[in-house]
Formats: sequence, C-alpha cells, structure tokens
Amino acid sequence: MIEERFDAIVVGAGMAGNAAALTMAKHGMNVLQLERGEYSGSKNVQGAILYADMMEKLIPEFREEAPLERHLVEQRFWMMDDRSHVGMHYRSDDFNEERPNRYTIIRAQFDKWFSSKVREAGATVLCETTVTELVRDHHERIVGVRTDRRDGEIHADVVVLAEGVNGLLGTRAGLRPRPTPDNVALAVKEMHFLPRETIEARFNLKGDEGVVIEAAGTISRGMTGMGFIYANKECISLGIGCLVADFQRTGQTPYGMLDHFKQHPSVAPLIAGSEVKEYAAHLIPEGGYKAIPQLYGDGWVVVGDAAQLNNAIHREGSNLAMTSGRIAAEAIAQVKSRREPMTAKNLLLYKEMLDESFVIKDLKKYKDMPTLMHTHSQNFFLTYPQLISKALQNFVRVDGTPKVEKEKATLKSFVKARSWTGLFGDACRFARAWR
Amino acid sequence: MNVEPSVRVEDKLYYNRYLVDVGRPHVTVRAHTTPSPQLLALLKACPARCYELNDNGQVEITVDGCIECGTCRVIAEPTGDIKWSHPRGGYGVLFKFG
Repeated sequence: MIEERFDAIVVGAGMAGNAAALTMAKHGMNVLQLERGEYSGSKNVQGAILYADMMEKLIPEFREEAPLERHLVEQRFWMMDDRSHVGMHYRSDDFNEERPNRYTIIRAQFDKWFSSKVREAGATVLCETTVTELVRDHHERIVGVRTDRRDGEIHADVVVLAEGVNGLLGTRAGLRPRPTPDNVALAVKEMHFLPRETIEARFNLKGDEGVVIEAAGTISRGMTGMGFIYANKECISLGIGCLVADFQRTGQTPYGMLDHFKQHPSVAPLIAGSEVKEYAAHLIPEGGYKAIPQLYGDGWVVVGDAAQLNNAIHREGSNLAMTSGRIAAEAIAQVKSRREPMTAKNLLLYKEMLDESFVIKDLKKYKDMPTLMHTHSQNFFLTYPQLISKALQNFVRVDGTPKVEKEKATLKSFVKARSWTGLFGDACRFARAWR
Repeated sequence: MNVEPSVRVEDKLYYNRYLVDVGRPHVTVRAHTTPSPQLLALLKACPARCYELNDNGQVEITVDGCIECGTCRVIAEPTGDIKWSHPRGGYGVLFKFG
C-alpha cells in the first residue's frame, strides 16, 4: 500500500500519539500515524478533563478552535458512605480567566479536531489500520511495523508506541510486561444528556463554567476505587473505577457498581431525567512510578498510557500522555538533526528529558501511594469514610446530647474501628507516601 | 444494598455503535472442560458481560458487545485461557463520545 519509508511511525492517535506526530511533523519530519479506529478518537475513552498548559505547548491557539465543553471553576471532593457524603469544595472566580486552566472535553470530538491539526502539520494519518506486529532487522532493532492491510509492512527510522494502556505491540515484542491486575483500574462511564439550563441549575453554573466531582468511599465497596461526575455543556460524564485485581477478587460487577453510584442519594438528583447515550469502559494505569517500563530502545520509544504514565492521585493522565509524546518527539527530532541513528544510546535523550519534566517528578513523589491504597483499601475506602460521616452527623445533629459526650463517642468509634496504633500507623503511612 | 440483578448490561450496550467483524472474533476462549478461576472471574469482571457460562459449565465469549477495555486480557491472557487481539482496523466499538 505505502511504498515509502518514513522518518517515524506513530502507532495510535490518542493524546500521546497526536502530540508526538504533531511535534515531529512540525520539525519537518516525514511522519506516518496509524490508528485502528474509523477516525482518530473513535476508540479513545476518558472522563475527560483537558489541561490547558500542556495543550498550549502543542497548539497555542487551541482555545479558539478546539471543541471544548466547560472551563472548570469548581472542584468537589466527596467522601461517601451509603447515605451521605462529606464534601470539600473549592470554587473560585479566579478560574474565570482569559486563558482558563482546565476544561471538560468529549474525547471522540476533541481527538478528531486534534488529528486535523496533525494532518495540517504535514503528517500522514491512516485510520482503520491495526498494527499487528513490530518488524526487526537482523540486529534485533525495530525498523518498522506490519499492519492488517494487504502488503502492510512499512519501514521507518523510529517507531513511537502510543498504543494506549492495552498496547499489544510492545508486550508481544517483549519490550515491556503486560499490565497486571493490581496496576490497572477498570473504569466504566455513561454519558447522561440533559438540557443545558438544567445542568447549569443543578451544578450552580453560569455560561461555560464547569464543575467536576471526584468521589471515593463506600461506593467502591472496600476496593481501591473512585467515582467521578463531570459537567459538560449538554451532558454529564459519570463513571466509577476500581483496580482490576479487586474486581477479580471480590466478584463485584462494574455495571452493578456504576448503577449503585448513580442511585446514591447525593448523585441521583444530579442526573434525574437524563437520557443516556453511551456506555464505555477503559483501563487506567495505576501502578505509578514503580510500574514505568523501559521507555526506549533501538528504533523505538513508548509514550502515554502504554508507558503507564498516569498520576492516579491527581487523576491526571492525558497531560502526562501529551507531554511524554511531545518530549519523545523533540528528542527524536534532536537526534535526527544531528544526523545520528535512532539507537537506544541516542534515544536515552527522551528518558533524560522526561525525567526532568513534571511527568516523572510527580510520579516519583507518589511512588509509594499505589501500594498503600491497595493494601489498605478496606480502611481508606470503607472504614474511614463511614467513621467520618458518622462523626460529622454526630457534630451537626442536635439532639440534646451534651457536646462533650458527642466528642467522646466520636473518638471512641475511631479507636474501636482502628485502635490507637492503627490510627497512628495509618496517619504515618499516609504522610510518608504523600511526602 | 445489592442492585446487580436489576442491572441489564444489554440495555447499556444498546446505546453504543458497533461494526461487527462477523466470523472473526478478536478474543477467543481456549477449549476447556472445567473453567479456571481466571475464566470464572470474567463472568463478573467483564463490563459488557461478553462472557457467559454454557449448559456444560464452560465459559463462552460473544464479542459483539465488547467495548475493548482489555480487562479480560489482564486477567486471563497470562494463563493462556484467552487469546486477545484488537479488532481489525475499522471494526469493533465506535465511540461517539468516548
């Protein structure tokens, strides 16, 4: 089909792949991007929040052109038990700024637009093409890819693996291990459509203001998990995710948990009367710093979710994806401008540049968090949310009990559930992992 | 509160668009007489409920409603219980929103 040889082949058209293809094309490289969906975006699933700073570095004028939903002015954290939630909300008019910091987006639509910019920059984008295999030369260097199209072998100096969390090529070629059940979460999500005015009234918004709710607690039934509710213009993205290992261990169903979350008394009124138009599921890398695989080799680099680059604590993934894609592309362009080969020795530059960026620095900061959350999930996702909810109910309910007795009862409930050593240990473990 | 019995996954999948690659399933289950714990876990863990138990107590897959999340791959590919690939280019689930 394509006789040509390319400077670079990018596998995948998500945030990481688009960022890499765009950046290399802008450097004048001859780039081929392969995507298995019918269009770029049709296989991509995210909450989704777009982080403007990282997008600006790729397309400074994106705000004028891209299909954006709402700019975020409010973040709500909810700790939930079965009938209540304890909330911490942060809302600021500072976020109503000329160049807002975060937006909700709809990935299929946004990615389609992003892909149009990749094409404009000069890259060749070929959709409906699944890459089936990496091609090696007799020195075991990666020299191209094989696809499911007829005569589908294509060669390039370097292959950028932006194949997502399920990337088969890298694992089949032995470049990195397959994700394990305890370092990926399964998230399921529904799109709930409502009139714009209804969404704005229910979430206390005006114009294009937006809000996100991140929820944790008994909704994940003692498993390591989170729920989310994002307000778009005319729909609400609502979903919940838990570690695959936990689903496997407990036999809970993802759709059962999603419906349970939707029926929660704090959630149900927000989506009442909505029309659901899509049900999606996706894996999220949760292993953090310790799960990052080898990032480069002879003739290849790996970026984004495929490289497990996801900050589970801050719920950031797409920005790490687009930043790793951009940095990999810049490293490759540098090697090329020196007219040097795409060897592991030269592509080490990508890892060095990534280590200096927020991507690796942030993941390093929370390197012990995934293990802590997983091994103590019963405490952090079940026991504490219940205790804190009870404590606050005790605090606000007026029933003639003297306050001293109320406080004693609350303290007693904490000590009874976790013991003094347990409480102290949990606090120390959490502080240490956060530091 | 147990709400599972009332949840109909088929109703959820009905919202989605698919282009089914008839006769070429991208995921297959290895022939077996007694299912492994990994295969049994898929009956619950698959978010599209693609895995079902047949009358002989074996786990079967129908990939038509698959939303390509990869959960079954993570659980049951290491043991060789399933073979997992992406659908051919252009086939499978076609997300409108994603």
